[in-house]
Amino acid sequence: MKYLRLVWASLWRKKTRALLTLLSLICAFLLFGLLQALGAFFNAGADFVGASRLIVQSRVSFTDSLPIRMLPQIEAVPGVKAVSHDQWFGGVKDENTQIIAFASDPKRLRIVYPEWVMSDAEWESFANTKTGAIVGRNLANQYGWKVGDKLPLKSNIFPQQDGSMAWTFDIVGIFDGKDQSWQNQTQSLYINWAYFDEANQFGRGTAGVFAVQLEDINRANEVAQAIDKLFLNSPDETKTQSERDFNKAFFSQIGDIGLIVSLILLAVFFTILILTGNTMAQAVRERIPEMAVLKTLGFSNGLVTTLVLAEALLLCLLGGLVGMTLATLALSGLAQAVPGFFGAVRADGLVWLQALAAMLGLALAVGLPPALRAGRIRIVDALAGR
Amino acid sequence: MSQALVEIRQVTKHYSRGKQKVEVLHGLTLDIPKGDFVALMGPSGSGKTTLLNLIGGLDQPSSGQVLIGGQRIDSMSSGQLAKWRAANVGFVFQFYNLLPVLSAERNVELPLLLTGLGAAERLKRANVALEIVGLKDRARHKPKELSGGQEQRVAIARALVSDPSLLVCDEPTGDLDRKTADEILRLLQQLNQDYGKTIVMVTHDPKAAEFARRTLHLDKGTLAEQAA
Repeated sequence: MKYLRLVWASLWRKKTRALLTLLSLICAFLLFGLLQALGAFFNAGADFVGASRLIVQSRVSFTDSLPIRMLPQIEAVPGVKAVSHDQWFGGVKDENTQIIAFASDPKRLRIVYPEWVMSDAEWESFANTKTGAIVGRNLANQYGWKVGDKLPLKSNIFPQQDGSMAWTFDIVGIFDGKDQSWQNQTQSLYINWAYFDEANQFGRGTAGVFAVQLEDINRANEVAQAIDKLFLNSPDETKTQSERDFNKAFFSQIGDIGLIVSLILLAVFFTILILTGNTMAQAVRERIPEMAVLKTLGFSNGLVTTLVLAEALLLCLLGGLVGMTLATLALSGLAQAVPGFFGAVRADGLVWLQALAAMLGLALAVGLPPALRAGRIRIVDALAGR
Repeated sequence: MSQALVEIRQVTKHYSRGKQKVEVLHGLTLDIPKGDFVALMGPSGSGKTTLLNLIGGLDQPSSGQVLIGGQRIDSMSSGQLAKWRAANVGFVFQFYNLLPVLSAERNVELPLLLTGLGAAERLKRANVALEIVGLKDRARHKPKELSGGQEQRVAIARALVSDPSLLVCDEPTGDLDRKTADEILRLLQQLNQDYGKTIVMVTHDPKAAEFARRTLHLDKGTLAEQAA
C-alpha cells in the first residue's frame, strides 16, 4: 500500500493520455459486461426454473402454425391450468411502421395473462366485438389512439378473403401492466382471433403458439415433456419451453448470438490490448531515467518490475470496474424497461468473475513486457541516456 | 579522518564497444577517509563518473576490489547492491532527477519507502531533511514549481533522508548559475562539516572543487595527482 501513491502518480503522469486510455478501457468493459451477460444468457441451457408459463410451438419453427384443435388436448395435460393461443399478425401501420400485434382469444388471454389490466367492461367489449382490438397503454400513447377509434392496419402476412392486406379494427380497450415492469411492455396490441380466423384467406383454424398457464411452477419441466410427448410422431410435433427460453429463441433468429458476442469481444479486446499495451510501453519508455533513479535509490529490479505491473493492473482494474458497474446499471435499467427479455439477462457473479479475469489477463499482457524491460534497465546506461 | 571509508584496490573497468574492449580505469588504488570531502576532476573520458559509479555501487569493476566501510561491494549481486545502496549511499545528480509527478516531500520520502517506517514517520523525516536544506516551506511543491537550485536542494534532501554515511555527487552544480552553485556547494560543505558526511563529488568546475577538502585528478583512467 505504501507504493500506491507512487503508482497512482505515475499513472497520471500524462493526464490526457491516461484519461483517454481509461475511457477506452471503460468502454471495452462496458461492452464486455453487456455482451458477456447476453452471451451467457444465450449460451445457457433450457431453464424451467421459476417458469410460470410455457410456450408450445411447432417443433420445426415458430413460424409454422399449429392447428387449433390441439388446444383441448393440451388443456387436458395434467398440471395445465389454462391455455391461450396467439397468432403473429405481422401488423404494419401506414407504409412500414411495424406494430407488434397478435390475434388472440380475449377470454383465454385474460386468464393466461393476468398481468394485462383492463376494466371488466373493456374485456367484455373485446370478447363481444368481432373487429375489436385492445391496445397497450404505451402504444396508444405513442400514436394518440383511444377507445372508439378506427384502427387501420395492414398485415404483411395475412390477406383478407378478398385478397386485401388492409384490415380495420375498432379499439375497444386500452390495457395497462400490473406493475411498472409490465407497464413498460404495453407496447403491443391484440385483435380478436375469432374475427381474424374467419376473415383471413389462409391458415384458418391455426395458432402460432399456445401459451400454457401452469398449476404448479415446479412441474414446468414435467408438463413440457408431457405436451411434447403427446404430439410425438404426429404431423404437428411440438417444442414446449419456458416463456424465457422462447424469447431467447426468438432473438436467436438473428444468428448464433453466442458466437457473435464472442467475436465482437475478441475484436474489442484485441484493439484494447494493442492500444493499452502501446500506451504502457510508451509510458515506461519515457520514464526510463526515472526508473534508473529509483534503482539508484535502492529499489530492486523486482520491485521496479512490480511497480510497473501494478500500474498496468491499477489502470485495467479502474477501467474494468467502472465499465462493469456501468454495464450492470445499464442491464438493470434494461431489465426494468423490457423485463420480458432483459429481465433474465444480467451481469451476475459469473460475468463479474470473467470480467475480473479479463482485467487481470489484460493487465498482465500489457504490463508484463514493459515491466520486465523496466526491471532490466542498467542504471549507468539509463542515467547516461544510452 | 584517518579511517578509510572508501577503499579502491587495483580496480580496472573496461567496456565493450562492439568487438573493441575499452579500458576506462587502469588498476586504480585509492583511499577516501571517513568524513572527507573529495572533488574528482579530470577531462571528459578520464573515468571520473565510472569511478563514482563504482564507489556508489551503481556499477561493478572488471577486476580489483571496492570496499565501503570495510564491506566488499564488488562481489555483491544486483539485489544485494540495491539494498546496500538504500542503506549506505545518497546520490546527487547534475540534473536533479526528481520524479516530476511527486511533490518535494514525496520525492524525499522515496528512499524511506524501502524501510519499515510508518507513513507518518517517513513524512516527518522527509520534512526534517527538507528543513536541513532550507526548503521546508516548499514541501508540497512539485519539481516544476521550483527553481533549479531548489530542485537540487530537494535532491540533496532525498540523498540525506536515510542518513547514509556516503554522498556521491555527479556534477551537482553543472546545471546551475554561479551564485546558486555556490549555495549548493556551501550546503554540501555544511553537510560534510556539521553532519560528518563523506562526500565524493565529480566536477569540471575548479571553483566548485575549492569547496572540497581535497581534489583528485584523474587522467586516462589513472590517478594523476593529488592536491591538498
